[in-house]
Amino acid sequence: MTDPRELYQQVILEHNKKPRNFGKLEVCTHHAEGFNPLCGDQLDLTLVIEDGVVQDIKFQGSGCAIDTASASLMTGAVKGKSVAEAEAMAEQFRGMVRGELDPATQAPLLGKLTLFSGVKDLPSRVKCAVLPWATLHAALKGEEEVSTE
Amino acid sequence: MSVDLKTLDVAAVRQDFPLLSRVLHGKPVIYLDSAVSGQMPVQVIERMTKYQRDEHTNVHRGVSTLSQEATDFYEAAREKVRRFIGAGSIKEIVWTRGTTEAINLVAQTFGRMNVKAGDEILLSAMEHHANIVPWQMLAQEKGATIKVIPMTDDGELILDSLDELITDRTRILGVVHVSNVLGTVNPVKEIIARAHAKGVPVLVDGAQAVPHLAVDVQDLDADFYVFSGHKLSGPTGIGVLYGKLAHLEAMPPWHGGGSMIRSVTWEKTTYLPAPGKFEAGTPPIAAAIGLGVAIDYVTALGLDRIAAHEHELLAYATERLAAIPGLRILGNARDKASVLSFVVEGIHAHDMGSLLDGEGVVVRAGHHCAQPVMTRFCVPATTRASFAYFNTREEVDILVSAVLKAIELFK
Repeated sequence: MTDPRELYQQVILEHNKKPRNFGKLEVCTHHAEGFNPLCGDQLDLTLVIEDGVVQDIKFQGSGCAIDTASASLMTGAVKGKSVAEAEAMAEQFRGMVRGELDPATQAPLLGKLTLFSGVKDLPSRVKCAVLPWATLHAALKGEEEVSTE
Repeated sequence: MSVDLKTLDVAAVRQDFPLLSRVLHGKPVIYLDSAVSGQMPVQVIERMTKYQRDEHTNVHRGVSTLSQEATDFYEAAREKVRRFIGAGSIKEIVWTRGTTEAINLVAQTFGRMNVKAGDEILLSAMEHHANIVPWQMLAQEKGATIKVIPMTDDGELILDSLDELITDRTRILGVVHVSNVLGTVNPVKEIIARAHAKGVPVLVDGAQAVPHLAVDVQDLDADFYVFSGHKLSGPTGIGVLYGKLAHLEAMPPWHGGGSMIRSVTWEKTTYLPAPGKFEAGTPPIAAAIGLGVAIDYVTALGLDRIAAHEHELLAYATERLAAIPGLRILGNARDKASVLSFVVEGIHAHDMGSLLDGEGVVVRAGHHCAQPVMTRFCVPATTRASFAYFNTREEVDILVSAVLKAIELFK
């Protein structure tokens, strides 16, 4: 088992402290709320999707550093991407943090998001990292609520 | 294990706990999570193993020597529980799977019998979900309402209005003896006396109390007193419902099946008297015997010595943690038992929990199955250290430096 400190790299700590795309899009085309009942993390995601492309995305809510940094980095990563690409990234991200995909060779869409790969060694925290992506998936599917339970 | 008359020989006691010599992330484990589940001394583990290896069969079955032996061990454990909590009769000691099952049993039998539409169930603001949800389920079924005794910012129940909160519609009052989040020791004897003055029976959730303070159910005059084995240095899967015999006799059985009957025909079944009628099916025999040994163990250490040692640790940890800027302790009641919950500005409890784990320090991070308490204090979760008789001041020091290290990382 790795030291949990290894997960708390500067990028994650910095995004936790100053999350990007934080807030709510008053006019949005897609929206979902995510909950992690185990730890009480809660995330509200709003998107503007036009012509099959994520034009804008914001999140708000309260959660731990892993959850907040994951949401911050996710919103930055999917902005400007097609819905299909965003879905594919969500798929790779989930595979990576569950230890099913090798970040070095099997997650080509993730780029710097591979820094979350260490979460796989902290099973109790996988849901924190996945919550933003599960919420994104729900929003894209037109579901209003999602729970990582 | 040698027992000094005045103080605990903690170094000797620690030898009884194999888990304490484990290494986590390359560091010695610091177990500050006894409120989540206590560790079992080898005496308990070995007694249960011996039972499973050499003595096991079912209890209350047949005439075999083995069955009689198992029954004797099992019933002797019940007698140990009776003595431990000062009950008048072993008929008042019902084995359950734990605190949660005990409360469900009372809600589904005593509660169903006595709570009607428009009636009220009174609970305190610092209850564990185990003493909320069974009553909500009952209230929903019956059309009754739940009322709540409020608490102060320090985590003490506000009892000024208790006499008004207890109305002629109140059918039962449920209160936790020691809060699992705040550590508050509630004045249950006073609460019970005031409830009884208005004819209201009281259930006390003693899960966090029995490991830390001597309980005498007759002195408290509790109608029901419930607790779990695993918080009392015993195994999981065993717990206790104490009920006054008059209540238990009036209550219908809960689960039906073998062991709880006197006779069964296709037309009619008659039931055993208490406690048998509440104990359907094969019980966790080894766990009951193990709990008996755990009671012997803590009794030999002495609850007064345990309490004194834990109070000293709690006071020391409180002083050291309170001195950390940005750290807030939840629960500052005048009378506290060895639970210390805190939040640190800018660090979620789960991050703190993971980082402490990296230092070998085992604590609980979360809502502690007490979400209304989290809501009351406007926090999503807390980090909670809880102390047992085997913990030391040095371990508190390691906790404090691990907290400081986490704060430094998040700066």
